[in-house]
Amino acid sequence: MFDIKWFHEAESVKDAIEKLKSDNDAEIISGGTDVLIWVRDGKYAGKALVSIHNLNELKGISLESNGNVIIKPSTTFYNITNNDIIKKCIPSLGEAVDMVGGPQTRQTGTIGGNICNGATSAESASTMVALDAEIHLEGANGNRVVKISDWYTGPGKTVRDRCEVVTKFVIKKENYEGFVGHYIKYGKRNAMEIATLGCSVLVKLDSSKTKIEDVKIAYGVAAPTPIRAKSAEEFAKGKHFNENLLKEFGEKALSDCNPRDSWRASKVFREHLIVMLAKDALREAIKKAGGKIDG
Amino acid sequence: MENKYVGKSELRVDAYGKVTGIAKYTADLAPKDCYIAKVLHSTIANGEVVKVDIEEAKKVKGVIKIFTCFDVPDIEFPVAGHPYSLDPSHRDIADRKLLNKRIRFYGDDVAAVVAEDEVAAAKALRKIKVEYKEYPVFTTAREGLSKDATPLHPNLFKDNVIAHIDFKTSPDFDYVKAKEEAIKQYGKENLIELEKNVKTPLISHSHLELPVSYAYVDVNGKITVVASTQIPHIVRRCVAHALGVPMGKVRIIKPYIGGGFGNKQDVLYEPLNAWLTTKVNGHPVLLEISREETIVGTRTRHRMDGDIKAVCTKDGKLLFRKLTNYVANGGYASHGNSITAKCAGIFKNLYKNPLGCSSEAYTVYTNSPVSGAMRAYGVPQAVSFAETLVDDLCHLGGFDPYKFRMDNIVEEGFSDGAVKFYTYGLKKAMEIGKNHIKWDEKRDKYKNQDGRYRNGVGMCAFMYQTAVYPISLETAGVRMIMNQDGSIQMQLGATEIGQGADTVFSQIAAETTGISLDKIYIISTQDTDVTPYDSGAYGSRQSYVTGNAVYHCGLLLKETILKYAVHMKPEYKLEDLDVSDNFVVLKKNGDKILSMSEVATTAIYEKDGVNQQIRAELTTETKTNTFASGCCFVDLTVDVELGKIKINDIINVHDSGTILNPSLAIAQVHGGMSMSLGYGLSEEMLVDKKTGKVLNDNWLDYKIPTAMDSPDFNVEFVVMKDPTGGYGNKALGEPPAVPPAVAVRNAILQATGCMLNDFPLTSQKLVEKFKEQGLIK
Repeated sequence: MFDIKWFHEAESVKDAIEKLKSDNDAEIISGGTDVLIWVRDGKYAGKALVSIHNLNELKGISLESNGNVIIKPSTTFYNITNNDIIKKCIPSLGEAVDMVGGPQTRQTGTIGGNICNGATSAESASTMVALDAEIHLEGANGNRVVKISDWYTGPGKTVRDRCEVVTKFVIKKENYEGFVGHYIKYGKRNAMEIATLGCSVLVKLDSSKTKIEDVKIAYGVAAPTPIRAKSAEEFAKGKHFNENLLKEFGEKALSDCNPRDSWRASKVFREHLIVMLAKDALREAIKKAGGKIDG
Repeated sequence: MENKYVGKSELRVDAYGKVTGIAKYTADLAPKDCYIAKVLHSTIANGEVVKVDIEEAKKVKGVIKIFTCFDVPDIEFPVAGHPYSLDPSHRDIADRKLLNKRIRFYGDDVAAVVAEDEVAAAKALRKIKVEYKEYPVFTTAREGLSKDATPLHPNLFKDNVIAHIDFKTSPDFDYVKAKEEAIKQYGKENLIELEKNVKTPLISHSHLELPVSYAYVDVNGKITVVASTQIPHIVRRCVAHALGVPMGKVRIIKPYIGGGFGNKQDVLYEPLNAWLTTKVNGHPVLLEISREETIVGTRTRHRMDGDIKAVCTKDGKLLFRKLTNYVANGGYASHGNSITAKCAGIFKNLYKNPLGCSSEAYTVYTNSPVSGAMRAYGVPQAVSFAETLVDDLCHLGGFDPYKFRMDNIVEEGFSDGAVKFYTYGLKKAMEIGKNHIKWDEKRDKYKNQDGRYRNGVGMCAFMYQTAVYPISLETAGVRMIMNQDGSIQMQLGATEIGQGADTVFSQIAAETTGISLDKIYIISTQDTDVTPYDSGAYGSRQSYVTGNAVYHCGLLLKETILKYAVHMKPEYKLEDLDVSDNFVVLKKNGDKILSMSEVATTAIYEKDGVNQQIRAELTTETKTNTFASGCCFVDLTVDVELGKIKINDIINVHDSGTILNPSLAIAQVHGGMSMSLGYGLSEEMLVDKKTGKVLNDNWLDYKIPTAMDSPDFNVEFVVMKDPTGGYGNKALGEPPAVPPAVAVRNAILQATGCMLNDFPLTSQKLVEKFKEQGLIK
């Protein structure tokens, strides 16, 4: 039994917004893999729930004529991983969300919830940050677009108002075309896990496949929110790659991060992982892009 | 003659029922109109409840009644799943009440709400306000020994020491004197001495079914509790004790249960629930605690913190050892010192000690979760001490750990005065394990590695008592009763807890009586009003102790059948007959004389006959106890940079006598190996030092290995018929969970040269060690 004040199955985004406005205790529920846990543990006990779970307008993935990839928020992790557009354009995002929890969670949980819960450990977050995704919202006072770099305001916090609904994520063509990505989830076990550290790298090699033309790296759990390591990106751009460069890339990345000490992992250990995972993720991305790494 | 059923991989008797959901568990059986009870737990670890304000909580719609620690009977009761002892000095410690004013750990039980539904109960819990008086918190055994630590049970103990023991090879053994003797015999320059400390983790059993019961007062006035427990007869005694009522007034029913691993070898919330129903006019009350409550507030595997020292010669002879073990028991005694004692005994016995051994321990109350029985009962910790010590000595002395063990480990025929290796397959098991893992080849190949990925092979050996005699009573009651068609019902006090007990008991019954397996109907439910006495599922005892009882009851039943057959066919003599495949047959040629249904039907309906339903019932006491043993071998790869372990190959080899059912036995070993890998690599309850609060009280943060973390498990058995068991079997329930963790640890030692001694060996701990040792620059 769940302690729920009332439950409404929204008929449209507009209907959802109205219902959210009608009661200060109302919150959105989509897949429910976070919300129902919060109801159970008391944090959301007695909340009213507005379900957007059945809104077809919020589901699906499409490729626009300008080459932008549109991901609707109620698309499940499973459907992202197995979508042909994702497989073709941004396979590393599909691979990343395939590491969420277990099969049940991946069948039920959605990318909208994953980005809106504000968690630094969210599996989709670091790749979406590396992709400079745009977040489109609809609220009582109209629509707005937020860059993912402006989205997170603190652990578990975003700029989204309680009554706003995310309507789509846009990944622009220039942010994925020519890039090859790799995501590493570092956890204490290989399934049913929350990341100790997540690292997503997107790399574009030059035509000789020996030089990094462009690179983006983003982390989860390396700071209170998902972050980019821009110093590392700037450092590696235009450079020939080898094992030494990978190592320096990792060390530069560390200067952009601010991991915390917790009983889940020490700050020192997370710092070690920040360096190691940057190196490993970039190496794998380069290999996938057809590059060969010496020594 | 070859067995027909025993030793065969018969299908579990409950397989279809469990897979299809026909098998009912406690919560499935609870009446629809049950009230729901929930428990309020303390948010301090050490102190006293000054006041509980329930006024706001009482107003919540749907609340029936709220009870606090000020309302419960002033009776302290024991909870350990041990048979009662007629010797008062050997009884379990009675140190807790149904709800407690004196708070001993974070999560102690303060109040209980009975409501119409779960939501109302949870709402009411959130509205109860508790005022505490707080005392300083101490969470470790060493802190508990300090003079500054508040005694947690001053009415029972003047300090926090539940027990201090020292098991010695001889009363005058002294480490310093042994060393003097060693120097005299071998010369100082020929000795290697090692001192080390090993810490073992606080572990949650992680059975799937949560502790659950529903209680009601029956028409005859009996307080009846249907509960997920391993020990129904013991629960009855403890409930009666806790409520201050006679035992006949209490009835416990145990349906199918979803695992226990020793946590349900303790009396958990059954007494509280039994009391609650009496307070709501006998209306049924369902009390199912959450996973979080189960992790924090039921029982755990003991955290042990052992200082160990030992001396061996430079040619690999282990001379003497000493363990000083600091055991944190949590806020209540539960099984008290028994687990510590078993650990101490195995540490001492596992190796020959030509110059002696001392196994000393303190079992100490602490402001941390309560420790009690868990699969293998102190022995995983014992080998964590003994078997890391051996590999460290080998590392220092340059000895081969396999050969060192072959030379120094406990020998055939060993007896500690009470328990004996009646059969001994330990060295054979080690040989099988060694060959499987290609020990010699790999020990050589994996020498002197560098770089990121390093391989290692490691091993760990163990020995294990098959039951608990002579420390405790070992009785088992069995009843067999025949139907008109020649089939039988069999009823036991021993419990099926997922391990397959019902299946092997049925196999033993079929083998012994000559009645085919499909005609043996075992009654899986224990009901203390109906079922004969048996202490229950623990100590790897049932297949041995209850198995013996089934064997003897089967012989008695067969004799009764044959006597009746002779009554029907006086031309035959009793000694010429046997039962085979549901027929009374002639021993000499197997000729069928009478079918079982002819005998059974006649016995029941014969006018002017003997007039009996064919049946047998007995209780046996098993007065032997035999050592089982075995080992684990592992081949693994360490990713030094990331602190990750990949197991390439792993095998457990068990010396457990006759294997009653190979499929079930292998599955039992698989489960144990997985459990031990959790202990070795990932599982530990983290207790905050300042507050005593458990930080990771859920299955996201408490890391049980998943299927994705588990390698393929290999299993072999050294099969020898033990003369003391009915069919020659020895312990196998718990032993599989003993050796893998330490084998992994020892393989990491070979791979990296690093001695890791703080279980579990998490990636963070590995990386810290590798940095300290210069493996990571």
